[in-house]
Amino acid sequence: MRREVPLFITAVIGLFMILSFFVPHQWVSVPADYLQASAIVLVACGYVLGGANVLKVNVVGVIRQQSGWPYQLLLVVSLFATLVIGAIEGPGFLDPGMRSRWIYDRIYMPMSATMFALLAFFIASAAFRAFRIRTVEAALLAIAALIVMIGRVPLTNALMQWAPEPLRLQNVQEWIMNYPQNASKRAIMIGAALGVMATGLRVILGIERSYLSGED
Amino acid sequence: MLYVPGVMDIDDIQTVAGLVILETVSRMTARYQTPIRVPVSYPIPFTIAEEMVRAGYLHAGRPEGFDTDSVQFVSPEQFAYVAALTGIMLRDKPGAHIFMGSFFGESLMLAETGYLTGAIQVAGTANVHQLPFFVVACDYTLIGEELFAASAYLSREAKLVGSLKGADLMKLAVVALVLLGCLLETFGQHGLTRFMASQ
Repeated sequence: MRREVPLFITAVIGLFMILSFFVPHQWVSVPADYLQASAIVLVACGYVLGGANVLKVNVVGVIRQQSGWPYQLLLVVSLFATLVIGAIEGPGFLDPGMRSRWIYDRIYMPMSATMFALLAFFIASAAFRAFRIRTVEAALLAIAALIVMIGRVPLTNALMQWAPEPLRLQNVQEWIMNYPQNASKRAIMIGAALGVMATGLRVILGIERSYLSGED
Repeated sequence: MLYVPGVMDIDDIQTVAGLVILETVSRMTARYQTPIRVPVSYPIPFTIAEEMVRAGYLHAGRPEGFDTDSVQFVSPEQFAYVAALTGIMLRDKPGAHIFMGSFFGESLMLAETGYLTGAIQVAGTANVHQLPFFVVACDYTLIGEELFAASAYLSREAKLVGSLKGADLMKLAVVALVLLGCLLETFGQHGLTRFMASQ
């Protein structure tokens, strides 16, 4: 029963939510909206669990002085500071002029932007490795990438005026993007969409049950 | 071992697929007595991930080996999560990184940092735009549907493998439909295209 009851509830609610996608009648849509609102409440409760876990892991790390404990201490202090300031400021905590807003604009956003900016360096190092020609496939990739990159530069348009229309790099890159690239991308997407359906049905119908712990 | 089940919540089916694979992975780590670390970005996947790892240890016959701190809630903020993960990679230097789920701009940051630490890396996602980054920086990559098939493939359960066969048959039907559509369009018959576009 420990497994059957959750599986039954999953199947009933899962099939009902699929039904609500196709049947807009209020007998279906109203309970479906209620279930979705309940899910939001459940997620909110989940944040309490998540917050408790963050505190537990990091406070224990600070007490035991694990490697990197000063960062953990900073995290705990920042967590409490943000939480307390937000609670004191109440519902309009993100309005202009509020301290929470200041924390968001002056601390969180710059740090987030800094992390994102690192992506440029990672792309450079990954591209360097990807374009090293070791195999036939790598050579094809490098040639295609080179054509697409050069073909998208406006200067290339001006310099390639002498070439016949189909051989101009901007047209070649367009062909690469529209046909081979698009075809392979769509093939992956069709496969993934079928995989999504299969996985969803496996979970809803209780065929995939590894997420239920306990004895078989 | 570092296992990352993507950066999305449980309403993304890729997160579900990633969490299902986690059970098999944790079973392996339990069997070889290798510590596993699972940082999670949303609270509901966090509770499920904890359950998955616990189940993996239980099914491997080593329930006492399960460490409650092995699954950790980090942050739903994309770059805060990335910062925490790259920190774990650089400080703890896990021998293997597994990325299974939905990834966006952070995919290359994670995979490149992992590459720099010298860890063996396996990735899987159905986000087409992130696949090239994983292919470049990881040792093995599951492309698109392979992510969804992995749990069935690993479990070898007849019912799950049967669902893969079903998906493959559907794929054959789609290929046949695409070919038929091409043929009809070539001969100026647009009925099928119009029907498909209206569905």
